[in-house]
Amino acid sequence: MRRVLAHPSLAIGLAATLLFAALGLLSLAWTPYPIEQIVIPRRFLGPSPEHWLGTDHLGRDMASLVMSGTLTSFVVAALAVAIGAGVGVPLGLAAAAWGGPVEWLVLRLSDFVFAFPAIVVAILITTLVGPGASNAVVAIGIFNIPVFARVARGGALSVATLDFVAAGRLAGLGNAAVAFQHLLPNIMSLLIVQGTIQLSLGILSEAGLSYVGLGTQPPDTSLGLMLRDAQSLFLLHPWLTLVPGLCIVLIVIALNIAGDGLRDAIDPRLRQSETNVTA
Amino acid sequence: MSLLEVRELSVRFGGSEAVSDLSFAVGRGERFGIVGESGSGKTLTALAITGLLPEGAEVFGSIALDGEPLPSDERQMARLRGKRIGLVFQEPMTALNPLVRIGEQIEEAISLNGGDEGPLDVSRLLQEVGLEPRHGRRYAHQLSGGQRQRVMIAMALAGQPDLLIADEPTSALDLVTQRKILDLIAEICARRGMTLLFISHDLKAIAALCTRVMVMQKGRLVELGPTERVFRAPEAEYTGKLVAASRFDIPDGARVPGPELLKVEGVSREFRQGGFLPWRGKPLRAVDEASFSIGTGECLALVGPSGCGKTTLAKIVVGLDTASSGGLQLEGTSYRGRDLPNALRRDVSLVFQDPFGSFNPRMTLGRSLMEPLRLASGLTIAERLERVRNAVRAVGLDTGMLERYPHEFSGGQRQRLAIARALVTRPKLLVLDEPVSALDVSVRGEVLALLARLRAEYGLTYLLISHDLDMVRAMADRVLVMEAGRIVEQGSPQELFAHPKHRMTRELVAARLPEIGASPAKI
Repeated sequence: MRRVLAHPSLAIGLAATLLFAALGLLSLAWTPYPIEQIVIPRRFLGPSPEHWLGTDHLGRDMASLVMSGTLTSFVVAALAVAIGAGVGVPLGLAAAAWGGPVEWLVLRLSDFVFAFPAIVVAILITTLVGPGASNAVVAIGIFNIPVFARVARGGALSVATLDFVAAGRLAGLGNAAVAFQHLLPNIMSLLIVQGTIQLSLGILSEAGLSYVGLGTQPPDTSLGLMLRDAQSLFLLHPWLTLVPGLCIVLIVIALNIAGDGLRDAIDPRLRQSETNVTA
Repeated sequence: MSLLEVRELSVRFGGSEAVSDLSFAVGRGERFGIVGESGSGKTLTALAITGLLPEGAEVFGSIALDGEPLPSDERQMARLRGKRIGLVFQEPMTALNPLVRIGEQIEEAISLNGGDEGPLDVSRLLQEVGLEPRHGRRYAHQLSGGQRQRVMIAMALAGQPDLLIADEPTSALDLVTQRKILDLIAEICARRGMTLLFISHDLKAIAALCTRVMVMQKGRLVELGPTERVFRAPEAEYTGKLVAASRFDIPDGARVPGPELLKVEGVSREFRQGGFLPWRGKPLRAVDEASFSIGTGECLALVGPSGCGKTTLAKIVVGLDTASSGGLQLEGTSYRGRDLPNALRRDVSLVFQDPFGSFNPRMTLGRSLMEPLRLASGLTIAERLERVRNAVRAVGLDTGMLERYPHEFSGGQRQRLAIARALVTRPKLLVLDEPVSALDVSVRGEVLALLARLRAEYGLTYLLISHDLDMVRAMADRVLVMEAGRIVEQGSPQELFAHPKHRMTRELVAARLPEIGASPAKI
């Protein structure tokens, strides 16, 4: 905890991220108005005591929509990170522990997936099974797999040259045991940092996919979907675009700051301490 | 008047004092040594003199060069560093720019700090440090460690400094190269009348090079005086301990080895170069037709300069690498390296050189020590714990340590724990890869004594890999000398070192530094 506070960027980033996450979680239990409630006579209202952030083109309460949309964005991005890490990290570890053909295969597979942007994968999935938030999760998740595979492999390769890995092999550990007992715990910090960064990228991707209509579908909402609804009204009612747009920007900035801070706090090479100096 | 005068120097980081109240003076033309173990503050002292202390350090006291206090302005200090103080660091690879040719780097040093007197060019400097002009056209990675250190010395000489500060300049080098670099430094100092401030943990190097020595411990001055007197009749108890630790007791009477335990027959290991293209480059032969055998209870030493294939051979013996050709036999079972059956793996263990990399930082020591017991099937948890406890007690440590993590321990303690880990399976053969070279002098003796005791108690067989001939003489029954992957000579240590036949053996023996207490005049 002291280490967290010692890095101001980490503290600020984490606090802002947690604030948005808490708002999103709150929407599960309570929103100022139900998000499905359409009141056409009360549309395009500015911020007021009844509607803190005004209402949109269907008279829905913007504050409620933002809360619910933030939750969708977070959930989609987090699930995508979970898919990416869950598949990518074992692949990367396997590449580092087995080497040879396994490594070659993992790297070429990564190249292959990298060649398709998330949006192309999303279009593919949509044509196959139809649009929806879960498809966005899968599309972004697939895109995350090679990212985690490469980070895990890179980190694991540098750990694998250390003597304790050789000691493990001497003790008869197989490649899988070496990967999970010795390599994984020592690259956790790398993975956590990468996870934060992928989370922010995931939120951006989700917004992008929803914006083109491949992600979340009404009556559910997400920040990207709100942007899409406001798009045609931008010149008349810029407020409707500004609110979800700013939310996306703030969340991404918060996550990036938190990621940078985490890296500074965790990476021993960047940590200044007396032991380094007197060694 | 003395060239360098340090008065009541203290260096502080936050609350802790790394150097406290240090006062000494170095006379013009003198060769002054600072000796101490890691963490004794000797490097910080040098950094304070050159104004290169890391950020966050607070300096107290005064440092005067030629009677004048050091400038506080960084620009002036930078000029002073180049022109009056030359610096040579421990690790020459990281101190050289990898993307710039050696000659250009030396030229830069000349143009920045070039003295007024006399023409000074790259080729002359290269010649002075024993390199040829063609070396100037190379990059840092194309030179050997010794050659790089020569380049560093040439760059330090570019400003024609009055004071040369050498911080552990030879500890990254093997014995033969170390001797050559020490000779070179002594020769240059004598020729140029340059003052030397030599920092090392190696008492023998200090004794061979320096006329006066300062012993430091935990940032404090312990003893200061003429090298000969300090090492022959130390006044401080700590100095006495250091001197005693750097001498080895030679055991009397060779032990008679039992029946053959390990047999190595014509083992070679080739590494392919040039990536996927099979026609590019000849494969590198790290080990070339090595054959030998070890009897039960014997201690066999493998010596040779760095890069001669000792470690590769050891890896094949313990089953971490596979021989390209040839084979091995452990207790009559044939194997080629990695195919060493698990049932036999518990009979061989390896103690690594670097005690800091040999434990997983995220595992408790108990778990790390328990790991090899996977090989001893049929043990209950209680029996396993008992084995680990016994091993820890055998190396003289407390079993309470098992709950803790590696970073809480010093290098010496970790090396003991590494030995304990090697012992838990009750192996017959223990391969020791430079077991003490990463340790401080005072700890070395303890670890070697421990190894000797364990060998006597458990009837262990050792394959000892080292380039330290004095240690080998104290430990080994038989010595193999390796050069470029080949075993070129073998025999008992006494015989081999007294009458070396092969050129490599002669070089190794000649590179040994004189015992402490010998006169430093002739190096």
